[in-house]
Amino acid sequence: MQFFVDIGNIISKYYLRLLSGLGYTMLIALIGTVIGLVIGLFMGIIRTIPESKKKSVRAVRKVIDFIITAYVEVFRGTPMMVQSMVIFWGFAFANGGQTLPLIPAGIFIVSINTGAYMTEIVRGGIISVDKGQFEGAYSVGMTHFQAMIHVIIPQVLKNILPSVANEFVINIKDTSVLNVIGVMELYYQAYKIQTMTYKTFQTFLIISVIYFAMTFTVTRILRLIEKKLTGKKDYVICGSQSSSDAEIRVGGGGRNGD
Amino acid sequence: MATERKSEVVFEIKDLEKSFGDHEVLKGISMTVEKGEVVSIIGASGSGKSTFLRCLNLLETPSGGEILYRGENILDEKFDVRSYRTKVGMVFQQFNLYNNMSAIDNCVKPQMLVLRKSKAEATENALKYLEKVGMSEYVNARPDQLSGGQKQRVAIARSLAMDSEVILFDEPTSALDPEMVGEVLLVMKSLAESGLTMLVVTHEMQFAKDVSSRVVFMDGGVIAEDGTPDVIFGKPKNPRTKEFLRRVLNEDI
Ligand SMILES: Nc1ncnc2c1ncn2[C@@H]1O[C@H](COP(=O)(O)OP(=O)(O)OP(=O)(O)O)[C@@H](O)[C@H]1O
Ligand SMILES: [Mg+2]
Repeated sequence: MQFFVDIGNIISKYYLRLLSGLGYTMLIALIGTVIGLVIGLFMGIIRTIPESKKKSVRAVRKVIDFIITAYVEVFRGTPMMVQSMVIFWGFAFANGGQTLPLIPAGIFIVSINTGAYMTEIVRGGIISVDKGQFEGAYSVGMTHFQAMIHVIIPQVLKNILPSVANEFVINIKDTSVLNVIGVMELYYQAYKIQTMTYKTFQTFLIISVIYFAMTFTVTRILRLIEKKLTGKKDYVICGSQSSSDAEIRVGGGGRNGD
Repeated sequence: MATERKSEVVFEIKDLEKSFGDHEVLKGISMTVEKGEVVSIIGASGSGKSTFLRCLNLLETPSGGEILYRGENILDEKFDVRSYRTKVGMVFQQFNLYNNMSAIDNCVKPQMLVLRKSKAEATENALKYLEKVGMSEYVNARPDQLSGGQKQRVAIARSLAMDSEVILFDEPTSALDPEMVGEVLLVMKSLAESGLTMLVVTHEMQFAKDVSSRVVFMDGGVIAEDGTPDVIFGKPKNPRTKEFLRRVLNEDI
């Protein structure tokens, strides 16, 4: 059973490498997804600004719309591995050979790539919110920004949570492409271990188990959160404004406890 | 004639026009609204009633004409639209309560965000108006837990809580089940009696007849007739008004 011995040896000898690879993979995927979501939400806020009466504002807006569309198309239409090389070495080229620090570079690449996908996801999420929600917000005098932050985006987030979770899982797997610029994530560590042990199959089998454990756990956790968010359907009828004894719990809607 | 009530003009609308592309919807609407008036706007579907109200709240941008609110042109580029909207509220056919907030937050959040009130102050004010519309028991309910009539009453409270001086109602009872129409109309009636200035687009002819001080009949993007309920429902001058009323009043039976 040499195979199991090999596995055991690799783990006991290189567990620190594996752990640090796992850590960086999670870190980059998590931060990249969050920043990507923020980019997507920001684009969503800009894109939905109501038409202005002023011609100059309308012209600026056309330009911005074009830039957003170009950003989305380019980043969705090219592989992240190629984006990594272009951004990393493009920065070095522009700065006289000075390269970016690796982890921030990795986070930057994943964020900007995820941002393109999130922009589309958020756009779908905004479209699915009733137009009346905007009008209800504008009609009391809220600014576009207030309407988005307090009324629209909370509803959008609830709608798009499954897609956001999906992006996160994709990112856990896709950070592996960052090895092309030398970011020390899990795939990179496996590659290093393999060059030292020559046990390619065993090493990559170990990290596939680790990748799967990460994506599986994250999927379950996010599904729980989703349930929490959509299942809160109870409210309290106040019998009296002052005495809390008079409260009655009421189950509202038929959607709880599915 | 001993006490001549001093009239106070709230709205002065001159030749208001609105087109969507080539489609001319409002073709020159002129009217004056005084403080405390309750104006019912009636007319056939597609005659431009909603478009008119939405222009008044600037949810639509008019293509021509003028709207003066207390003498100020609201279409002026420098006009402060946001503070205007706190004074001229809007109640929608589909309620448009914020789905992510409880009834009380629907009334509190706008005050905090737009009027910069403290949470305590905003809450006190909101509770006052929620009680006025008979919704104190449901302050913590979310919109999807309320019936249509309850939602609409919260929406009215939300608008009142902004201390608005005018409220525009766009068919506030049209999306309601028949048994809930009454509760909303009752609230509106009490508002009318309290002296609130109201412009109400409605298909409820009984409301127009009993509650409003004035009825405007819109037809094809213009005001075809404008008068007291007695005149409009009793002896309308315009044959189109007569025809419209005969049609809708027969449907009611
Ligand atoms: N955003 C829009 N874009 C294009 N056309 C519109 C728009 N809003 C309204 N219209 C058109 O304007 C006309 C008047 O619509 P409006 O909603 O003002 O009528 P209404 O009198 O309120 O009718 P109803 O009683 O059915 O509510 C209709 O022909 C409608 O199709
Ligand atoms: Mg309408």
